[in-house]
Amino acid sequence: MSAILPPSERLWWKQPIDKVEWAWIAIAFVWGMIMFAMMIYWHIYGKQNLSNEAYKTTPELFAAKAEKFIAENTIRTEKGLNGEEIPVAKVPAGGAGYLIARLWAWYPILELEKGQTYKIHLSSLDYNHGFSLQPVNINIQVIPGYEHVVKMTPTKEGTYAIVCNEYCGIGHHSMLGRIYVK
Amino acid sequence: MATTYRTCPVSGLQFEDQAEKLMRWNAVAGVLWLLVGGITALLVILTRWPAIKLLPADQFYLILTAHGIDMLILWILFFEMAVLYFASSTLLRCRLATPKIAWLGFWLMVVGGIMTNVAIFQGESSVMFTSYVPMQAAWHFYLGIILVAVGALLGTAVFFGTLVVAKRDRTYQGSLPLVTFGALTAAIIATFTILAGAGILVPTFFWSIGLIKEIDAQLYRMVWWGLGHSSQQINVAAHVSVWYLTAAVIFGAKPLSEKVSRFAFLLYILFLQLASAHHLLSDPGMSAEWKVLNTSYFMYFAVMASMIHGFTVPGAIEAAQRRKGYTNGLFEWLRKAPWGNPVFSGMFISLVSFGFLGGISGVVLGTEQINMLMHNTFYVPGHFHTTVVTGTTLAFMAITYLLVPVLFRREMILPKLCQIQPYLFGISMSVLGLVMMGAGTLGVSRRHWDMAFSGAPFQYEWPGAAYLMMGLTGIFGVIAVIGGGLWILLVVGSLLFGKKLDGGKVSDKPTPIPAATQAASAVAHGSDHVGVPGTVVLALLLFVSFVLYYFVNWKYLSEVWLLS
Repeated sequence: MSAILPPSERLWWKQPIDKVEWAWIAIAFVWGMIMFAMMIYWHIYGKQNLSNEAYKTTPELFAAKAEKFIAENTIRTEKGLNGEEIPVAKVPAGGAGYLIARLWAWYPILELEKGQTYKIHLSSLDYNHGFSLQPVNINIQVIPGYEHVVKMTPTKEGTYAIVCNEYCGIGHHSMLGRIYVK
Repeated sequence: MATTYRTCPVSGLQFEDQAEKLMRWNAVAGVLWLLVGGITALLVILTRWPAIKLLPADQFYLILTAHGIDMLILWILFFEMAVLYFASSTLLRCRLATPKIAWLGFWLMVVGGIMTNVAIFQGESSVMFTSYVPMQAAWHFYLGIILVAVGALLGTAVFFGTLVVAKRDRTYQGSLPLVTFGALTAAIIATFTILAGAGILVPTFFWSIGLIKEIDAQLYRMVWWGLGHSSQQINVAAHVSVWYLTAAVIFGAKPLSEKVSRFAFLLYILFLQLASAHHLLSDPGMSAEWKVLNTSYFMYFAVMASMIHGFTVPGAIEAAQRRKGYTNGLFEWLRKAPWGNPVFSGMFISLVSFGFLGGISGVVLGTEQINMLMHNTFYVPGHFHTTVVTGTTLAFMAITYLLVPVLFRREMILPKLCQIQPYLFGISMSVLGLVMMGAGTLGVSRRHWDMAFSGAPFQYEWPGAAYLMMGLTGIFGVIAVIGGGLWILLVVGSLLFGKKLDGGKVSDKPTPIPAATQAASAVAHGSDHVGVPGTVVLALLLFVSFVLYYFVNWKYLSEVWLLS
């Protein structure tokens, strides 16, 4: 019962390590290095990397910028299932769009074009929220006080849902947004 | 202080009176929290099962908060205190240092645990286990957790003190036993964890009573995960120690190499905490360089440590079995293992499930870019139910089948059911983890009351497969709750009604561990060396699964929208 007794060899650190164990340690080490390199490789050659561009902000500041964007880019409004009017803002191709996360809505609806690259500014006006684009399944944390500028290029047309996947209170499950890709 | 030492006639283990009482009380308190956690688990499962959807939203979030706190903190920490006292006082055959402080720690943990639960069940603290600011809980929610942390810190200090007592009283010679060394690892990580926890929860408590105006939401997440993730590393170090303990007790297995196993534990101390960065991979506030450095280069040394233990634990068992003559083929040693003994079967299912499911999914989830596919989805709880539950909890359940007769001096009741329980719980919980990960891969969110989004301005229909996965989650979740409930029933039943066993000789002096004789040392290495081909095959199987699953996820990632 040696694992519960002091090592039987007092100089256990001088005992040789078996070949098989060395081989396994080497495999584990090399595999770790491959996984490490893979992330760096993807930053250089991969096409899905989370943006590094983020700024400190305040809810008031971000809301003002977003409202300005909505005022300038709204192309129509849509009626939600609860009867509310929701603006649809067409983000200029290659330009910047703003998406507000707040209790309990993603605001406004964004309209994008396939193959164009957009800078989407994400922030929360209250609690943490989770930007979960479905059914593509891209998930990004949205934190109050931080404006995250994510470059996105939609690859397929369609109607997409933004689910909130960070718990944000009693209405969390009703926090659903929309993105159109034409 | 006068105390007595009892030598257990079954195991030969020596229990000091104070340490024994503390172990019992801590273990029993842990089991009671597991009971609360289990009841809340059932309610969570029955609500997330789309066909049943038992609770209304407010109650669901309340119960989910309680489930997280009671399982991840209270059940596991109480049991770990018992493990620490066992690994120090019992294995080193010495008295426990400052038992009064240990009792103070215990009662602080009890009071704190109750306080936090009161806050949760009063309904104003449904903030989840993570309690991300600026969502605010009642002040006693935070204070309770702080008290638990202080209590655990005292327990850890008593553990360190006991190591000093053993050294000074020369109750053992040479180095610490490997299991104690593993527990020492856990205790060192615990100290770091609790300090990180104090660093964030103390200001948050002041914020909740109005003394601090604001806490930065990103900063909170970073420091909180120094507590939230590192506390799970205490569990890993503790349950790996329990694996070695089980292998030693059941098979008389000795580590393949003391040096390798200890080195792997050392890697945990040096690198595991940094893994907490992988909770922030999809956050705005950290740079990609920071994320890659912390989660990969550093974390992979910890992954390497787990891969080493994943090899050396079954390797030690195989070597012990082969020495006993089970040498046919690759796997006779495993086939002829005592599968009817719940101590072994539970430990082995824990090992396999932790390695294949929890370990692989954790590394994939912790890859910077791939994290975007899974962050905050149901994949995340799927992952940690195969680490903390099939890994830690199952290992603790298995060792309890040994502790009941040895520590509580009761025979286990209903031995047939005891045999079945690890399979029922371990397998259903493993499948549960898998289908949860499946649902998460399809995008289903964690901590979400309604897949149908009732009350939302739009409609979104999850794919049919997601509903199938959630239905399976419901079914296997209920089976797992039955498996866990059965364990509580068997343990509590045995403590109350099991046949009383002879406690063994009591003496007022400890009997030191006899020094290893020359003869024993001579055969220890080299001369009795046996190969472990079966373990090599198992390890390679793990490695191939790991590599395949890792690259499949890069393939998934390459198919989503372009992001930069």
